[in-house]
Parts: sequence; C-alpha cells; structure tokens
Amino acid sequence: MLVLRKFLRDIPAVAGALIVLLVLLLAILGPWIAPYPEDAAASHLLRRLRPPSAAFPFGTDNLGRDILSRVILGARGALTVSLTVVAAAMAIGVPLGLVAGYARGVVPELIMRVTDVFLALPQLILALALAQLLGPSVESAMLALTLTYWPFFTRIVHAETQRLRGALFVDALQGIGASTPRILFLHILPNALSPIIVRATIGLGFTILVAAVLGFLGMGATPPDPDWGLAVAQSRGYLPNAWWFATFPGLAILVAVLGFNLLGDGLRDLVDPRLRRSR
Amino acid sequence: MPGFILRRALLVLPSLFGLLVVCFLLIRLIPADPAVALAGDNATPAQIEAIRRSYGLDQPLPVQFGRYLMDVARLDFGTSQFSGRAVAEDLAQRLPATLELTVAALLLGVGLGIPLGVLAAVHHNRWPDFLLRVVSVAGIAVAAFWLAIMLQMLFAMRLGWLPLRGQISAGVTPPAGPTGFLTLDCLLAGRLDLLADALRHLVLPAVTLSLGGLATITRFTRAGVLDTLQKDFVTYERAVGYPRGRLIWLYVLRNSVVATVTQIGLLFGGLMAGAVVVESIYDWPGIGSYTVQAILTADSKVMLAVTLLIGLIYAVVNILTDLVHALIDPRLRETR
Repeated sequence: MLVLRKFLRDIPAVAGALIVLLVLLLAILGPWIAPYPEDAAASHLLRRLRPPSAAFPFGTDNLGRDILSRVILGARGALTVSLTVVAAAMAIGVPLGLVAGYARGVVPELIMRVTDVFLALPQLILALALAQLLGPSVESAMLALTLTYWPFFTRIVHAETQRLRGALFVDALQGIGASTPRILFLHILPNALSPIIVRATIGLGFTILVAAVLGFLGMGATPPDPDWGLAVAQSRGYLPNAWWFATFPGLAILVAVLGFNLLGDGLRDLVDPRLRRSR
Repeated sequence: MPGFILRRALLVLPSLFGLLVVCFLLIRLIPADPAVALAGDNATPAQIEAIRRSYGLDQPLPVQFGRYLMDVARLDFGTSQFSGRAVAEDLAQRLPATLELTVAALLLGVGLGIPLGVLAAVHHNRWPDFLLRVVSVAGIAVAAFWLAIMLQMLFAMRLGWLPLRGQISAGVTPPAGPTGFLTLDCLLAGRLDLLADALRHLVLPAVTLSLGGLATITRFTRAGVLDTLQKDFVTYERAVGYPRGRLIWLYVLRNSVVATVTQIGLLFGGLMAGAVVVESIYDWPGIGSYTVQAILTADSKVMLAVTLLIGLIYAVVNILTDLVHALIDPRLRETR
C-alpha cells in the first residue's frame, strides 16, 4: 500500500490515471452517454455547421451531426485500435526478446539485428506504406502499427533478460533441471514485467496518436466512422468559420494521449526511482 | 579519431543491408500479387502479364533481389507514376526543402529547448518548472496535423500575420540558386525581400514540426542539469563564490547535455517522419508531401525510395551523434 500512497502523491500521474479511466468509461458506455448516439451514422442536413450551443456543446459538423456525440463515440475506436496493436506487438516482441536475451549463438544475434533494422525504419512512413499496400481500412492500420511497434518490446525484454540471465535464481533453476520455457515465462518474465507495463502504457498513447494520423490521411478509419483523426481531416474544407469542427476532435486526441503519457511516466517513476522526474 | 569514424561507419552496414531487405520484401510479399497491385484496378490480364515481365516479377526471389540491389547502387529507383519523372530526380529536387524545414525545426527545438530545460532545472519544483513540465508533456501528446491546422486557422486565416501555405509567395520567381536551399539561394542572390518572404513561410511549418522535439530536449536537458547540480564540483564552485550564471551556463551545461545530444540524434529521424504530415498540410514542396502523394496514389517505387532515403539519413545522423558525443566527452574516444 506504500506504493499506492506514493503514486497518489504524484499529481500528474493521478491526473493521467483519471483521464485513462474516463476514456475507458467513454469507450465502454459511449452509446449510452452520448446525447445523440444515432449520429454515428445519421446525417441531419438542416442543422449543419451549427456553432457550440446548449443543445450541441461542441457544435455540429458538415452533415449536421453532434460533434460531442461523435467525440464520445470515437473513444471506442481509438481504444480498440491501440489495445489491439499494443497487445499484438507484445505477443510478438516479448517472446522474441526473451529468446534473444537468454539463448546464445546465431538466433539471438539475428533477432536483434532484425529488431535494429525495424527500429531504424521511419515508423510512420512504414505504417502508411503497409496500410496502403494492404488496402486502406482500420484492420490494415492495426496490422501496420503492430508490425512497426513490436521491436520496442523486444529491445526492452532483451535487455532485462540479459541482465537476469546471470542471476543466482536462474542458476538454481537450471541446476534443478527446470525447462527453458519454464525459466523464461514463469521466472524471468515476471521479473521483467514492470518495464513492459510502462512501455505498454506509453505505447497505448503513442498508438492512438499514430492511428489518428493514419485516419487523417485516409489510411485508417473510413466514413462515416466517428474517428477523431478523420473528423479533423473532414473539417479542413470548412475553416476558419467552423473552428469547432476541427478543434474538439483534435482536443480529444490530445487529452487521451496526454492521459496515457502522464500515467506511463508516473508508473515509470514508481518502478524506477532513479528516473524520477520530480527530482 | 579517423579510426573511430571508420569503425562507427562500418557498424552501420549490416543495418543498411537489413533496410534494403525489408524494403524489398515489403513490396514483393505484402500484396498477394505485386503485378496486379502495380497494374491498378482496371488492367487486363495481358497488361498484368506485361508488367510482370517488365518488372522481372517472373524471376525467382533471390534474382529479383540482386536486380534490386543493382538498381539501388545505380540510384535507379524507377519512374514515379504520378510525376512521370525519375524518382531519384524528384527526390534530389525536393530534398533541400525538407532539409531546410527539418534543420529549422531542429534549431528551434535546440535553441529554445536547452535554455528552457536549464531554466526548469534551476527553478526546480517552482512554478516555471511546473509550467514547463506540463507544456513538455503536452508537446509530445499533441497531434502534429491538428496543431498545424489550429496554427493555420489562427495565424494565417484569422489574424493574417503569416502565409497559409507554400514555401514562397505565389507569382514570385525564386532565384535559381546554386544550392537548391531557398533561403540560402535568396541570401546568395542578395534578394533580402525574397529571403524575408521565405522565412515568413517557414515559421508555421517549422514551429509545428519542432514542438515534439522541443518537448523532448527540454525534458532531457532538465534531467541532466538537475543531475549535474548535485555534483561535488558544483558545490565547491558555489562555496568559493564562482559567478552563478557562468557556472551554470558554461560548466554545468556542458556536463549535462550528453543525454540531450543522443536525443537530438534520435529526434532527427522523427523529424523526417513528422515532415510527412507537416509538409502535406502546409503544401511544403519537400519529400514529405511527395511521400503522401505517393502513398495516396499507391506509387510503390516512390514509397520504397523514400523509406530507404530516410533510413539512410537516420543512419548517417546516428554516426554524427556518436561523433558529437566523442567531442563533448573525451572519455568515449578511448573506450570505443
């Protein structure tokens, strides 16, 4: 409980946790919270481009849809993409990192070289190229982001595993004849979990951001999806008069990403006090 | 020192080879049939077959890879589908604009980020520090495309202080200068009026592109300076009454920026990628907007060449970063 008390004293981290909680709630309960849930697909041409008012706090867009509702409904898509991508990237990156850090010989060398190459590639451009080659859709965007994000996990897990390989408890496990998968997944992995969690938290924010860029450039979500990046792209023809159309979906991206980053930073401070920001 | 440079450069070769392999496989393996993808939606079977043969796609994969390597070695990236010109030619023509933008963004990031980081560290846990921490976290979280549109809306459309898009005003003939860098060419041609125009066009894109880097540089400088401030030599210099300003800006800073320099190197790759978004919003005639056009029209040859080019620039910047490290910290020259 000492940990919890320490975390609660870190105001930015608590703010981040609250934002993440809010985004989660919106993603789960969105259709019941949004004032006009039917505006995910409907259009009302009679009330298009209305400025913010009591009835439409964030105004309406070019098809007369309530922007507040679409911002709320967009949380589910953003979170689905980022959770899927980070989970898949972990599923690829973590085992590779464990093997690369534990085994000896050609295989680990090969894994780390490939990881280095992927880390040196321009991530956004690779994701854009992949999304286009696979045919623009949310699924392609998720696949493209996964293929560009796994190396970050491999590198962290590789470093941790290498550090732990020489530990006494690993020697002991080898001595009593524990199998390699058992050592890796039941004993080394739990010890390497905290940096993985930190990276995953920051990765969730980062993925929301890159997915928004893909949506903005037309390589992700497709109309009429209530996607934040797509909404900003659609607003461009109606500026500067319909300022609310571009402003609020972009703010949603900013707040969501900020939440995950603040939470990730806070978790890192807890896990590794040497890196404490407030020092 | 020359030996150090050479060794460092050789280390890059395996990565570059890997880069080539990935680029090659990307285009050959991802689409079910690259010939169909290249031919477009309305191609007849005969056209697809012709493309298959003219691109050598009927050959075994290792042969295709060999041909690809030869093409790359001759800087032959094929012809762009939408501009109808050689990709290498297009890239060479557009590279200066992108470099101009990224260097401007980097200068802004370093020129503001390092002083702000020092400021935050010196006023540790007081309001300038809190303010800068919030701003730097937000700077990483903001979507560049959204920020660009917000800045355009405010400073170009509403206030009219700065131009909306482009590299220079329409109807102005830029000097056909020797370097290809617009600002430099204006300066060399002695056209200060054009230089002012070009710089005004540079402000919004450079500010947009610099924000993420600015945030990172501020954070790392702050952490480094905080670390150094606790060293014994600082306590000693303070005790003997050494001028505080000189102590901090000269000695503490030099001992604190190693981590920041690493970040600057890493940032450059991020800036090149960020330029893709920023350039396409501000209609900046560089590689970024070219890449977006290529991606939207599925121009695979351009995509491949750009990925390779940015990977290469990234590798070169990494070597340069190590060199700067060695210059700042003489101990590194011996150990590596």
